[in-house]
Amino acid sequence: MIAKAIKYTAAVLALSVGFGGAQAAEKLRLLTWGGYAPDGVIAEFEKATGIDVEVTLSNNEEMISKLRATGGSGFDLAQPSQDRIAGPQTEYGIYKALDLGKLDASLFISSMLEATKKNTTVDGKVYGVPHVWGTSGLVVNTKAAGWVKDYTDLCNAKLKGRVSYRTARPTLIAFAFAMGKDPFAAYGDAKAYEALMNEVGKALIACKSNVKFYWDGGKDKLLAGLRSGEVNAAMAWDTGGWSLNNENPDVTFVAPKTGALGWIDTFAIPAKGRNDDAAYKWINFVNRPDISAKIIESAGNFTSSKGADQLIKGKLKEQFAVSFPQAAIDNIKWYPPIPAGLESIEGKVLDRVKAAKSE
Amino acid sequence: MNQRSGFRVGLFLLLAPGVLWLGLLIVLPHAELFLVSLRERVAPRVYESGLTNYLEFFIEPLYWNTFLRTATYSVMATALTLLIAFPVAYYIAKMLRGRPKNILFLLCLLPFWVSELVRALGWIILLRETGVVSTFLQTLGLVDAPVEFLYNDAAMLVGLIYTSMLFMVIPLVGALDTLDDSLIEAGYNLGGNGFVVLREIVIPHAMPGIVSGCIVVFMLTLGNYVTPTLLGGKDSLWFTEQIYNQFILRFNWEQGSAFGFLLLALSSFIVWAGLKLSRQSLGKVMT
Amino acid sequence: MTDLPDLEVRNVTKRFGPYTAVDRISFSIPRGSFFSILGPSGCGKTTLMRMIAGFTEPDEGEIVIRGKSMNGVPPNKRPASMVFQHLALFPMMSVAENVGYGLRRQGIAKPQIAERVAGILERVGLPDAGGKSIDQLSGGQKQRVAIARCLVLDPDLLLLDEPLGALDLKLREHMKIELKQLQAEIGTTFVYITHDQSEALVMSDRIAVMNQGQFEQIGAGQELYYNPDTRFVAGFVGNSNRWPGRVEAVDNGTLRVLTDDGLNCQVSVTGQASAGAAVEVFLRPEVVAISREAEGVSDMANRLRGSVRNLLFDGANSTAYVADQGSKAVFAVALPQTGRLADLKPGQEVHLGWDAAQANCFLAPQPGANG
Repeated sequence: MIAKAIKYTAAVLALSVGFGGAQAAEKLRLLTWGGYAPDGVIAEFEKATGIDVEVTLSNNEEMISKLRATGGSGFDLAQPSQDRIAGPQTEYGIYKALDLGKLDASLFISSMLEATKKNTTVDGKVYGVPHVWGTSGLVVNTKAAGWVKDYTDLCNAKLKGRVSYRTARPTLIAFAFAMGKDPFAAYGDAKAYEALMNEVGKALIACKSNVKFYWDGGKDKLLAGLRSGEVNAAMAWDTGGWSLNNENPDVTFVAPKTGALGWIDTFAIPAKGRNDDAAYKWINFVNRPDISAKIIESAGNFTSSKGADQLIKGKLKEQFAVSFPQAAIDNIKWYPPIPAGLESIEGKVLDRVKAAKSE
Repeated sequence: MNQRSGFRVGLFLLLAPGVLWLGLLIVLPHAELFLVSLRERVAPRVYESGLTNYLEFFIEPLYWNTFLRTATYSVMATALTLLIAFPVAYYIAKMLRGRPKNILFLLCLLPFWVSELVRALGWIILLRETGVVSTFLQTLGLVDAPVEFLYNDAAMLVGLIYTSMLFMVIPLVGALDTLDDSLIEAGYNLGGNGFVVLREIVIPHAMPGIVSGCIVVFMLTLGNYVTPTLLGGKDSLWFTEQIYNQFILRFNWEQGSAFGFLLLALSSFIVWAGLKLSRQSLGKVMT
Repeated sequence: MTDLPDLEVRNVTKRFGPYTAVDRISFSIPRGSFFSILGPSGCGKTTLMRMIAGFTEPDEGEIVIRGKSMNGVPPNKRPASMVFQHLALFPMMSVAENVGYGLRRQGIAKPQIAERVAGILERVGLPDAGGKSIDQLSGGQKQRVAIARCLVLDPDLLLLDEPLGALDLKLREHMKIELKQLQAEIGTTFVYITHDQSEALVMSDRIAVMNQGQFEQIGAGQELYYNPDTRFVAGFVGNSNRWPGRVEAVDNGTLRVLTDDGLNCQVSVTGQASAGAAVEVFLRPEVVAISREAEGVSDMANRLRGSVRNLLFDGANSTAYVADQGSKAVFAVALPQTGRLADLKPGQEVHLGWDAAQANCFLAPQPGANG
């Protein structure tokens, strides 16, 4: 009786889901970051292709968790950072290999495309192509703390209670560099990496009394803190600094002495995506220089679309030029893919940092 | 006989939705999480079964301390909520009649028309360094520099108590409402002062309400995520945050599930101990 | 010292908004007596009681217990214990804990408390009930525990707020006698409020009849019953035939009254009634003589002939309703308890008679006045 009931229930559910799918117009379910799919671009895409775009905003960790929970279904296109594709793919198999033939390679800045392909290759198959790139470094209120030039300066006693950063892996990597180490070189040796991370963890615990709050909850909290003057220096994304700079010229993004950390957010197709064609169409569409320029405006970061930056005028370009003289651009540390397993080492260090009491 | 089998079918139909609901949404996921918690990653996509995840909790002082901290603060928040809610509930239940009573009760309900997130943000606006309270104190000239009230344990406790108030007030009002006024009067008449009447008559009578309120508030506080993270700040790692971190940030479902079950077991133990200490039974308290 | 009254109430008034619940009441109760306050619900007797206990403060006047003014003294400091209407036993405590509650407040040593609790429980006939919980007790047992809980404190006054109201009739009758005996044995002054005249009449040494915040009359039961001072007392205490009417003539200490029903009767003068005054005549059913023969009532001042309209048989309290042949008046008449007229049937003719002194006559209220 119960088995029968379950069968009926399952059948009814299946039917309703089936109908739901059949009745809706063609749809692209996009898992992405804020600003990467502005309404204007979505509207143009729908006009051009007739495909509805359904956007879910997220971040790296949540993207991976969501796709892991569903075994790679629920979304047709995702935008994780390039260094976080190979590891999770190896662990959980949440993406499908890209059919590069369906993409118009001529739209990409080719050096960036090649680098991303290389970093997202697992077992000879490519899982990601680049989209938006940027850096993280320091956002500083130059009036209050103009002397902050590197991450370790955040721990200077003069900034007691005036600093913010995340308890996330970029912080660990950044501080490791600022402490004169090369964490990326230690990627291959888990033991050495763990020792390095423990050292960084100790430094971060010692730095705790300088921290006003960790802005893991979202960058709005950080921006509000910088805006009100409660926070004078922070580790954050370049765009955050530039957008605050528009409101208050004292606050700006500073590329740290030991190098900003460069990230590239990619396009990757979830393992059980239902509409790959729409996904490829979207990738090609947003790589058109005119469309890409709109995304640059909305995200505040540049894209890997060839020629799009030529279409950008004014403030953003100036800000970029001020923050990144040629030497600073050359000094950007691009994240290499994380070998599986290192994240749990980092996780434990971060837990310790969070749990520690500040003096 | 016929009638009885009819009754059985009826009973079955009556219970089926509930049983299905419980089974599909509570028992099954828990069973699966429990299995996950017994897994241990050895290499990508290779797992072995074992108790490592549970052992980790007891071996690594970090997790154990976080739990201890969470439990201690939950108990503290529960006790403070009780202390604050009791006079409020007493006033509503015993001092007021009719309209004012309903209005005051409604006022207690009012904050719960917005989500917990909004409530926490409200406290942030009040307590932050550039917030309302700090500015107000400066305007009054009581302090000469901005004061940070946020991001410490006290702010977190304030938020937790605020969030829990209603869940304490409701059972207390329920319990105190049934207390006959003449019992209180008799307590005075036979020579007891206010404190004695409270201790010997009011509190024993309200005990089921007190205990059920405390259980609800304790469980809600222990399982709270939003308030400790938003108001607590950099030193206030909460155990639920630990679980969230394991699941979402570290992709370590195995450890996260183990923590979840440990939280369930330990909080059940604390509730059980509380019931024992107050000599109440769960059945009595929940009716 | 000993001739100080246990309770003196001096000119006490209590108002709730525009409504005066207790209106300038004064009385005193001598030591060791059983005093009842009898009145309909809403007459203010509960307010008066609560003022004596200290739950409410009087607006005016003073309450004095054994010579000490109680103004401003909180209820827990007053030497008056109260038995509540619904007893208010503490359900969270055992019988012994209930009884010992007041003693514990006095800081008495545990063994002494146990001794005194056992003693008082024995006294009220519940020697083994100490360990029981309250809900294991019957209604009568609860009653006794509630009284024991107060008496164990040896109070100057024991206040009882209609404590028998919740009991069934049989038990109530029984408890009346028991309470009366208990009071006589221990000698504590009891102040008992009730709306039940039978409780008041049976138990009390003195009764105050209360109406609309004032005492109408204070006296022993017999006085109230046979010589009511006011129309209200006459109507409230005991049953009466009641006829409104008008004074025809005043004649040598006797009034001749014509009732609105057309009944002519003679009643003794009470108050200053003059000819033409509107009055009300009260006649108790048991003072009316009833007989089959005219000779049976020949020596009475008032005589009439009537026919039995209705018979209500209730054992010793049986009543016949007799319609007067000369007027529209209908009499309630108590049937002799000897069973002399047990064979009376409706429709039969009877003779009724009563003496002028056996009826009471009061001025009717002025139009527009209350009461």
